[in-house]
Amino acid sequence: MTSITDATLPITPRAVRDEMIVFVIMAALLAIVPWTGLYPFFVMQALCFALLACAFNLLIGYGGLLSFGHAMFLGTAGYCSAHALKVWGLPPELGILVGIAGSFVLSVITGYISIRRQGIYFAMITLALSQLLYFIYLQAPFTHGEDGIQGIPQGRMFGILDLSKPTVLYYVVLVGFLAGFLLIFRTINSPFGEVLKSIRENEQRAISLGYKTDQYKLLAFILSGTLAGFAGALKVFVAQNASLTDVEVPMSGLIVLMTLVGGLGTVFGPVVGAFVIVGMQQYLAGFGQWVTVIQGTIFVACVLTFRRGVVGEIAHLFKRSL
Amino acid sequence: MQALYAQLLVGLINGSFYALLSLGLAVIFGMLNIINFAHGALYMMGAFCAYFLLSIGGIGYWWALLLAPIIVGIFGMVLERTMLQWIAGLDHLYGLLLTFGLALIIQGVFQNFFGSSGLPYAIPEQLRGGMNLGFMFLPVYRGWVVIFSLVVCLATWFLIERTRLGAYLRAATENPTLVRAFGINVPRMITLTYGLGVGLAALAGVLSAPINQVRPLMGENIIIVVFAVVVIGGMGSIMGSIITGFALGVVEGLTKYFYPEASNTVVFVLMVLVLLVKPTGLTGRAA
Repeated sequence: MTSITDATLPITPRAVRDEMIVFVIMAALLAIVPWTGLYPFFVMQALCFALLACAFNLLIGYGGLLSFGHAMFLGTAGYCSAHALKVWGLPPELGILVGIAGSFVLSVITGYISIRRQGIYFAMITLALSQLLYFIYLQAPFTHGEDGIQGIPQGRMFGILDLSKPTVLYYVVLVGFLAGFLLIFRTINSPFGEVLKSIRENEQRAISLGYKTDQYKLLAFILSGTLAGFAGALKVFVAQNASLTDVEVPMSGLIVLMTLVGGLGTVFGPVVGAFVIVGMQQYLAGFGQWVTVIQGTIFVACVLTFRRGVVGEIAHLFKRSL
Repeated sequence: MQALYAQLLVGLINGSFYALLSLGLAVIFGMLNIINFAHGALYMMGAFCAYFLLSIGGIGYWWALLLAPIIVGIFGMVLERTMLQWIAGLDHLYGLLLTFGLALIIQGVFQNFFGSSGLPYAIPEQLRGGMNLGFMFLPVYRGWVVIFSLVVCLATWFLIERTRLGAYLRAATENPTLVRAFGINVPRMITLTYGLGVGLAALAGVLSAPINQVRPLMGENIIIVVFAVVVIGGMGSIMGSIITGFALGVVEGLTKYFYPEASNTVVFVLMVLVLLVKPTGLTGRAA
């Protein structure tokens, strides 16, 4: 059975150096966005989704685990942060921490349950768990059901950074994204990441080598879920609301689509994919319901003809790991 | 007590849809090794097919019960021939992603033309009215749905477990190369199997049209519940899918009577409990 990612290239110092160079270029490009004509709201939104897709990719690209319910972490952290900011009146930095704590607790519980099965069963279990959570949030009083939590105060981070100013907010989101990205990057290139890859390639062999693979998978799940929650907490400041659409199944599908378009198991793929998909939603909004059909077509096209994704194809072309 | 029996009946009806859908999923999974995410969309197409047959061709319920599964089944076979067969041998996850994309396309197209509201489909004349059973009032159509789907499920079980064709099918699942060496056309059998599974989904759609109305998103939520049913029951046996499907429908109905707040979530909660105790599912083999 062929693996879901194109992992023929070993991690060498050269490969890591290549990736660092691309990272610096990416960070520099993103840093100058406020001085270009680009709509900052669009870029901030894309950055949140990019972090989310990177967290998701950590799980599937390196652990071989397809989670079809990753929206539950986005939504849960969003609700926790929004509630902390609006009802408890906490400052932004603590609000983000509450969101991260929420997604951490959720990922410990759901991870413990879902890693008991592999492959497609794992995907179906994560999907079912996120649907369970959706119904809970639909009925729970603190989420305000269909209305969601609206009008969240942005406040001052650490008492000095005024998040209601778009440029300040942009840099806060950018720093958050880069920090999360570096954490994932570091994880992939660590001994832990190597073990994860060996589990993806051949779990039985990893077990016979003495690795407690369930513990590694659970750790990866918790890390991925918590980072996805971090993205959800940041998104609250950008969108100023937390609503059911962030927990719904279509959102989970969107996360998978972003990663698939950019390239499963590539370091930069999810970022590119997130910008492509968020950009598409921005500019194809006029097509109304047809956007779903377009997304479905992209899904089908990617699986049938374009399995490596944008970044994966480029990396394959230059025989570099990206 | 009347309300309890009524909820039990609703549970049995939902259970028959779960059983028909998870049975189709199991048949497809056995041959193609694909979890057919498009199953809910094809169930919806079955209902729409019945609606079109009536509104355009004037063809009523009884013929729709036969024609809709065949039409949607042929559509499924086209999908298999043009797309699904190209990902055979790849990781399972690609099958899931491909069929998820197909579901988005199918549901999106129907949503564009019919919005999200429901279209009515009348109960056929012969099945209107109800019977007084003494302890409860039984609408004839609902009783018919339960009995008819039970018969279809058992017929499918018989076809696969007790006939020569079924034996070929099971053998091809175990070892396609060897079966091919005996001169059996395995790719055609795979296509027909996909058609059969899709046909079962479409049949469930026709059955549900008079009860639940015809809506573009009618398959979206039910498929997630069916996935939970599959996780609970495991994909190990055909009979397992049927029994788990009906049983969970009944559990859901009972929950609606005793604690309605949990009726949407009880199947998922059960899934969690089963996973904690017996990760392979009730009838499942190890993956």
